[in-house]
Amino acid sequence: MATTTLELRRALRRAERRSALGGLALALPLTGFLVVFFLLPILGMLAKAVENTELATAMPRSAEALRAWQGLGPPPEPVVAIVATELKEAHARRRSAMVAQRLNREEAGWRNLILSTARRLPDDPQGSWLETLVAIDPAWGEPAIWAGLRRAARPWTDIFLLAAVDLHRDDHDAIVRVPPDQAIYLDILARTFWISALVTLFCLILGYPLAYLLATLPERWANPLLILVLLPFWTSLLVRTAAWIVLLQREGVINDLLVRLGFLAEPVALVFNRTGVLVAMTHVLVPFMVLPLYSVMRGIPLSLTRVALSLGATPLLAFRKVYLPLSMPGVAAGCLLVFILALGYYITPALVGGAADQMISYFVAFFTLQTANWGMAAALATLLLVATLLLYWVYARLVGIDRLRLA
Amino acid sequence: MRSTGTLAAAFAAALLTAALPAAARDLTITSWGGAYQNAQRELYFAPFQKETGIKLVEDTWDGGIGVLRTKAQGTPVWDVVQVETDELVLGCEEGILEPLDWQALGGKDKFLPAAVHECGVGAIVWATILAYDGNKFPTGGPASWADFFDTQKFPGKRALRKGPRQALEFATMAQGVPPAKVYEALRAPGGIDKAFAKLDSIKKDLIFWEAGAQPPQLLASGEVAMTSAYNGRITAANRQDKRNFKIAWNAGFVYQIDSWVILKNSPKKAEAFKLVQYLTRPENQAKLPAIIPYGPTHVDGGKLVPAEFAADIPSSPQNLPHGVFFDASFWVENVEKLTERFNAWAAQK
Repeated sequence: MATTTLELRRALRRAERRSALGGLALALPLTGFLVVFFLLPILGMLAKAVENTELATAMPRSAEALRAWQGLGPPPEPVVAIVATELKEAHARRRSAMVAQRLNREEAGWRNLILSTARRLPDDPQGSWLETLVAIDPAWGEPAIWAGLRRAARPWTDIFLLAAVDLHRDDHDAIVRVPPDQAIYLDILARTFWISALVTLFCLILGYPLAYLLATLPERWANPLLILVLLPFWTSLLVRTAAWIVLLQREGVINDLLVRLGFLAEPVALVFNRTGVLVAMTHVLVPFMVLPLYSVMRGIPLSLTRVALSLGATPLLAFRKVYLPLSMPGVAAGCLLVFILALGYYITPALVGGAADQMISYFVAFFTLQTANWGMAAALATLLLVATLLLYWVYARLVGIDRLRLA
Repeated sequence: MRSTGTLAAAFAAALLTAALPAAARDLTITSWGGAYQNAQRELYFAPFQKETGIKLVEDTWDGGIGVLRTKAQGTPVWDVVQVETDELVLGCEEGILEPLDWQALGGKDKFLPAAVHECGVGAIVWATILAYDGNKFPTGGPASWADFFDTQKFPGKRALRKGPRQALEFATMAQGVPPAKVYEALRAPGGIDKAFAKLDSIKKDLIFWEAGAQPPQLLASGEVAMTSAYNGRITAANRQDKRNFKIAWNAGFVYQIDSWVILKNSPKKAEAFKLVQYLTRPENQAKLPAIIPYGPTHVDGGKLVPAEFAADIPSSPQNLPHGVFFDASFWVENVEKLTERFNAWAAQK
């Protein structure tokens, strides 16, 4: 009797373990996929934001000498000599462009300084190496370029992360704000969140009644309507955005109609500005609000509202006290989904917005594609990621993550 | 069980394909899209493929030294690219472009002096001009860059190419500086600040275009009253879409030479050079103005252009005195600093 119980227990445990392992094995491919194609690239991107290998690769002895040197202004002659001779070598091996590009990130214009100096450096110094350099360009007599070189010599750099929040380092390596005419990224981050918040609000205003209608109609009617919601969802984002340009432009359908009906004396600017961005983004994102709302609302028995009404509640009160709280998980999920998707929007604002309506992703793309400045692109992406995670955390605390219900 | 095996194999295959470097590709040429590239396809790209049997694929871009650097990393994905002068000079210096065999191109003396460079050979002479829709201004359109910046006299939005190139030249001309003195004024202390202040004065009415195909669309849709544009696109819109767009040549314009370059480490170097040779043959260059009025850079090509098309070319005798040649040394020195400043300026409300 006792042995059979024991055996039974062991067999049970074995079966449990097998099913747990089986579950793990089922999730393994996806986990592997996520690690390789999601987690590693993100970590790689984060690393790019602080990577600082150009100078150490192209001019290793200079990097070492500069790291050892402390103080302000041109360094002592032995360090200058190493830098000058190695710069000449690097130029001969066509590696000076790499150094020039890195230094140009410290200050626009230093690419020229490095390249023109590298071209004109003699084999032997005229006087000291420092005098030789200053004779080529007086900038070599200033502390700024040497402080920049020293920053470029370190194994890691924070200039990109600082620049992403409108800060930089001065000649003393102290962190200071950039001049107001160059400070743009904090504004752009705030703009990104503001546009996303507005789009989320508009999607909720438009999506809630629609989802309610879909959830309460008999299925015969609800299904075709749902297809109408899904149809734009399946259409290419680019096509929809381009269509909005046609609709909203100065002599487009909407302006024409409003002028002809007498609502407007003359056409107004609806596209290539903030209005265009909000309209197009709301249209693109509305299905992401409707679907979670719809799935939650389908589960709310209409009889509950009827009970409230029969007990004497006004329709408004019944909605506020009964229906709205029950649909909140859908609202929370829809808002989160739309907001986070909106944060990363790039192509829609790029096409229908003006220069002052671009969101942070536009600048990530700009730095990646237009200037090959991976550090800056990665720093901005990191900024967006951190800000989004913070916001998600606050949201989860406020709403309660268990109340989210995605379709 | 068999299906999971197949799935796993398929997955592994997908992983492998993603990890392996891209397989051998076709010869790739990158130009500036729109009506211009359509003309190039018809006149050059298609006949070249027929003549040589080399398969040619196309890409488009809107310029920028950073883009060129990105594309040149590792094994380049482009082979032959049409670039502006500052990109040519910077790219050659940085070693991302192949030096050209000038002997095989027919000799340096066969081309306009500005079309000759260690790493590039002139493709076209073109201009950025002031354009407007003649139908929208029955009593006379803008005649100067000062008019472009005068939203009282000529209400409506304006468009400029995104970035500092040409925009600063035009903002300087708008202050009454004659085209020939533009770079002198920009180099003078405070010259660049004055140009930015001028741009700032109409900022709320300015929108920016990036692709050369955009200005004719912006004019056609009535979105802007006037715009800067590549001269060929405006004439092409008039010829092909029967528009009545006008070019204010007398307002002043910036003309420049674009060059054909081959990216360093191109896996198709020999074919790429064959293509560049084909593109710069005088008889081939002379065909372009009939479709889109960009001038030849080959001396003999210039003589072969039919007289009826010469008037729309920037370098024609009646147009040339109003133009200023794009100062490559000014831009090579300043393009990055000014692009950064321009972008920060444009992104702020």
